[in-house]
Amino acid sequence: MADAPTTPVTPRANDVDPAVDARTGEIRQETMIINMGPQHPSTHGVLRLLLELDGETVLKCTPIIGYLHTGIEKNTEYRTWMQGVTFVTRADYLSPFFNELGYCLAVERLLGIEAPPRAQVIRVLMNELNRISSHLVWLATGGLELGAVSVMLYGFREREVLLDIFEEVTGLRMNHAYIRIGGVIMDLPDEGLRKIERFLEDMPKRIDDYERLLDENPIWLERNVGVGVLSAEKALALGVTGPVLRAAGVATDVRKDAPYCGYETYDFEVPVSHDADAYARYRLRLVEMRESMKIVRQCLERLREPGPVMIEDPKVAWPAKLSVGADGIGNDPAYVTHIMEESMEALIHHFKMVTEGVEVPAGEVYQAVESPRGELGFYVVSNGEHRPYRVKIRDPSFVNLQAIPTMVEGFLVADAIAAIASIDPVMGGVDR
Amino acid sequence: MSDRPGEEPTVEKAPDQPAARERHPGEQGVWEGALAIGKGMATVFKQTFRPDNTERYPSEIAPIPERSHIGRHLLNTHEDGLEKCIGCELCAFACPADAIWVEGADNDPEAPVSPGERYAKDYQINYLRCIMCGLCVEACPTRALTLTDYYELSFTSREDAIWTKEQLLEPPPPFGTDPVDREG
Repeated sequence: MADAPTTPVTPRANDVDPAVDARTGEIRQETMIINMGPQHPSTHGVLRLLLELDGETVLKCTPIIGYLHTGIEKNTEYRTWMQGVTFVTRADYLSPFFNELGYCLAVERLLGIEAPPRAQVIRVLMNELNRISSHLVWLATGGLELGAVSVMLYGFREREVLLDIFEEVTGLRMNHAYIRIGGVIMDLPDEGLRKIERFLEDMPKRIDDYERLLDENPIWLERNVGVGVLSAEKALALGVTGPVLRAAGVATDVRKDAPYCGYETYDFEVPVSHDADAYARYRLRLVEMRESMKIVRQCLERLREPGPVMIEDPKVAWPAKLSVGADGIGNDPAYVTHIMEESMEALIHHFKMVTEGVEVPAGEVYQAVESPRGELGFYVVSNGEHRPYRVKIRDPSFVNLQAIPTMVEGFLVADAIAAIASIDPVMGGVDR
Repeated sequence: MSDRPGEEPTVEKAPDQPAARERHPGEQGVWEGALAIGKGMATVFKQTFRPDNTERYPSEIAPIPERSHIGRHLLNTHEDGLEKCIGCELCAFACPADAIWVEGADNDPEAPVSPGERYAKDYQINYLRCIMCGLCVEACPTRALTLTDYYELSFTSREDAIWTKEQLLEPPPPFGTDPVDREG
């Protein structure tokens, strides 16, 4: 390396070849390769797109992922089955309840158990509220990317109400670890139910507002109609699911195709559109929010009947009995008295459950749930131990990202932004 | 399409389209577009009269839901001053983030720290690791550990993020206390 320059080289304006060839006078016809992301505000987190541009037209688009890799799948292999819930809930952070539900349903299927009916209703209720909150973030960020700042403010404002509900019910605003193997950790509080009812009264009017604001807005139409088109054939070939596929006219929804948690007993529609563009996805998601509210209303109806929220079988059920006191949240004093003073066996059982946890029979299972972004699958393998052998998350954002080059190549850079926003990727779920 | 593995992807298009749009941008005339924008503007203007959700933290600190466990832990004591913690380390076992360090020791029968044989000689929680999931308090067999809603946890170094047993035994101050006052 004797020829290596000893002084640092700084490129200057004159080092760049001029656009017009000085000798021939011709305009040079070269493509430009630019990076969009990973810190571009329009990439939904840390997605990096390598764009080859001819002027404003995208010739080639290569999505590059991995900037938010958290090792969630690998980590679960070193924790007990119950601790796994706290990890998977962080994968797709905008839809934590779906992650928890998919994981718990998969483990429950391996165990051959089913959560009590009331727990199932609570799960559906929280999932559908979560679908609304996730779609609100999509609307807010998608609107912001196309310059609609008011929509951003409205979306996050309404989501705040939902996060308050989640905090009331689970104690946390995000990443709740609320749905557990065999049920849910605590029953719904009355205040939470009241907040949900208030939300249901208010929200339809808010969606009307979004529709009045955007449905016919010429700018919104120009930016969305005919943009990011992905035909049903291409979408199916790429494995795309969720609103993107339904906007192309294929009525797939795991809630209808392979129902879980009693979804077959709820009355709701799966909206379908045929335009396959960003505008169709926008309309579809607004309709989905209304359908979710329909399901939430039915859930509230069913929650009138009290019942257990955690499976009775002590070999599976998480032993905690929580209560809130002046000192915060902790195990119920009655339960503490029971295990510390009354029953030695109960204390030993409590220790066994916390340190070792539930033993899951060897086997493998694939369980899908319909997340706001599509089919969220959990492929869980057990070799009969106290911790998972493998937890593979089939995250819809990851699969749907594959469609970006198809949707973007040959169109303008500005359309790329709208197209990415319309598939609503969440990088936490993509990289896991 | 999880219920049909192996099947060729056939495109079955659904007949009804409740989400179908009503108009295309090309069909929209200038006046129609202007009307749509006007309608949107009216919607925006209407928002002025809505009560806002903004919390004016820190001048007004909004009440937090009862169950909220977004804040720090608290090590509890019995009424007679003995610590409830028996140094069993169940919280450390339950912690998915390895945030808790407990070192148990035998009680001195003359001057016990906790009722029973064992007590926690050392107890530390690393708030850079803690994810506030609450598995530790669910594991605690004596309700020695509870999670509070005291979320004003700021620190300026990694060392400060590790709370010692003395800090955890201290009940949380009222909201809005200056961190400088907190350290004394």
